[in-house]
Amino acid sequence: MSDKAILELRNVSKTYQIKQGLLGKMKPLTAVNDVSLKLHRGEVLGLVGESGCGKSTMAKILLGLEAPTHGEVRVDGELIKGQDRLALARRIQPIFQDPYSSLNPRKRIGDIISLPLRVHKIGDAASQAKAVREILDVVGLPSRVLNSYPNQMSGGQRQRVAIARALVMKPEIVICDEPTSALDVSVQSQILNLLADLQSEFGLSYLFISHNLAVVEHLANRVAVMYLGRIVEESTVERLFENARHPYTSALLKSVLTPEPGLGIPDTALGMEYPNPVNPPSGCHFHPRCPKATDICRSQSPKTLFKDQERIECHLYDDI
Amino acid sequence: MSEESLLSVQNLRIDIPTASGTLKAVRGINFDLKRGETLCIVGESGSGKSLTSLALMGLLAPQIKTSADQMDFDRIDLRGASKSTMRSLRGARMAMIFQEPMTSLNPAYTIGDQLIEARMLHPNKGRAEAKNRAIELLEKVGITAAASRLSQYPHQLSGGLRQRVMIAMALMCEPELIIADEPTTALDVTIQSQILRLLVDLGREMNTAMILITHDLGVVARVADKVAVMYAGELVETGPVADVFERSSHPYTRGLLRCIPLPGVTKRGAQLGTIPGIVPSLVGDVSGCVFRTRCEHVTAACRGEIPAHTSGKHSFRCVHSDGRLESAERTA
Repeated sequence: MSDKAILELRNVSKTYQIKQGLLGKMKPLTAVNDVSLKLHRGEVLGLVGESGCGKSTMAKILLGLEAPTHGEVRVDGELIKGQDRLALARRIQPIFQDPYSSLNPRKRIGDIISLPLRVHKIGDAASQAKAVREILDVVGLPSRVLNSYPNQMSGGQRQRVAIARALVMKPEIVICDEPTSALDVSVQSQILNLLADLQSEFGLSYLFISHNLAVVEHLANRVAVMYLGRIVEESTVERLFENARHPYTSALLKSVLTPEPGLGIPDTALGMEYPNPVNPPSGCHFHPRCPKATDICRSQSPKTLFKDQERIECHLYDDI
Repeated sequence: MSEESLLSVQNLRIDIPTASGTLKAVRGINFDLKRGETLCIVGESGSGKSLTSLALMGLLAPQIKTSADQMDFDRIDLRGASKSTMRSLRGARMAMIFQEPMTSLNPAYTIGDQLIEARMLHPNKGRAEAKNRAIELLEKVGITAAASRLSQYPHQLSGGLRQRVMIAMALMCEPELIIADEPTTALDVTIQSQILRLLVDLGREMNTAMILITHDLGVVARVADKVAVMYAGELVETGPVADVFERSSHPYTRGLLRCIPLPGVTKRGAQLGTIPGIVPSLVGDVSGCVFRTRCEHVTAACRGEIPAHTSGKHSFRCVHSDGRLESAERTA
């Protein structure tokens, strides 16, 4: 892992205009709110948070599928705005959550995996076929699946196809958006092992988005915790799991249900529902659910404190 | 099985006719449940957990064949029970909570209509009484401004709130048995623990028996009194929660536990345990140990009759009588 950011967000915001109700007026929904974040070469950066916090919007911005409303995205120091979409796609590839809906049911596996090569016109038919067979071997699928359709495969096999499709372009960065959430436990561990092996074998950089903290703890080097469009804490994985600072991070960690009988069900003390992002709470967005909230949390947004590659955004902390 | 069992199931089999032959989806499973007890059935997709719960509720499609030596709910024989008997039990004495609250709530009716209907279907309950009960239960499941929520539609509520409404609906008629099929799988982890606490607390308060169906061993460990591990239509290991987790014996149970990264225990970045292979086809003849195609301890004997080993209430089915071949296993 080097200090150089291979992928960088600088003050990125994304605001959608949404309509509330049939006759409602358009209202802004800020899905990502002035976020700066760096992914370094060869690292696995975990991104955690509840549904609706903006994780997936961020993934779309990083993939170039959505343009940010404000701010900029840089790959290897260069702005992606204005860059050729195809050139970008060679460097950044996604793996999505649901291998049932992310593979075209009417295409054979061989065609699904070779499509990126054909779109990018890399090599001739023979070398494409060879590349597909090689990548199948890398992800642990037998070459006989080439002529199968997605519906003839299990969930784990489909996710391997999705990984093969992402890696056939030999990208540098892979955006993994909940890659194992739809899989059974025994299959999840196979896919996690595969992702870890591929990462070290090819020196890939992962942005690993997940709501499963146990999985993030296992795979990531660093973790960013997102709440209502903001990164509220960022830290090395060791530091975060041993000494979480933000009350929201603590609550997330507490809610991990490990298979240990006798411990009972944790009380995360997050009384309220996740807030509506169209009407975010005043001050610190987390204050209505925070067990440690004080008056200042209700009225003022907390400042972000940075040090090295760590950050915290909470009134409880004066320095980092 | 003791006299006080609320639910007794012996040798339950579920056969599904398919174009390529009969799919023996559930093959001879036994369990019983007392009032106030929580049984977790844990297994992966396709293991037959949901079919089992639907069979108990009498909700399987008519072409699916169910048979059992015994299937009693409070001494009522559920085998071949008439439609009217099942209707009088369902909702009133046995209630079900499904995984996806959006698809199990009717989008065209208000929360209030749906809650009140659940109560009114059963005799001697007036609308006013039902409405009061609905408000009381919505408050109990932690929904604020309960009275005003009654006029809201499902789409106006978040996923966590909808699942709370589903729980309130299941409780409308004070059922004696609740079957919850993956009740928290669609929810965020932070909401998951709240919903599980709610279910467990309410169950305890009302002395309700509960069958919780899940694939999440973390949920099982924290919620269950008893556990049944299901694999490809069979219960491979059953017993009190502490026994199944701390003295897990069947190679499948042990394999599952090794697949899960445990913060602070599993070495960061180390290879996780895996269970290679896939679930075998259950069409046609299924004999011997159904896990043998994926088991690292497989021997020729695994094709034959598989004995059950029982110590106290803990039981598992395997040809290896010790069942605990730890030394031979890769440590994850």
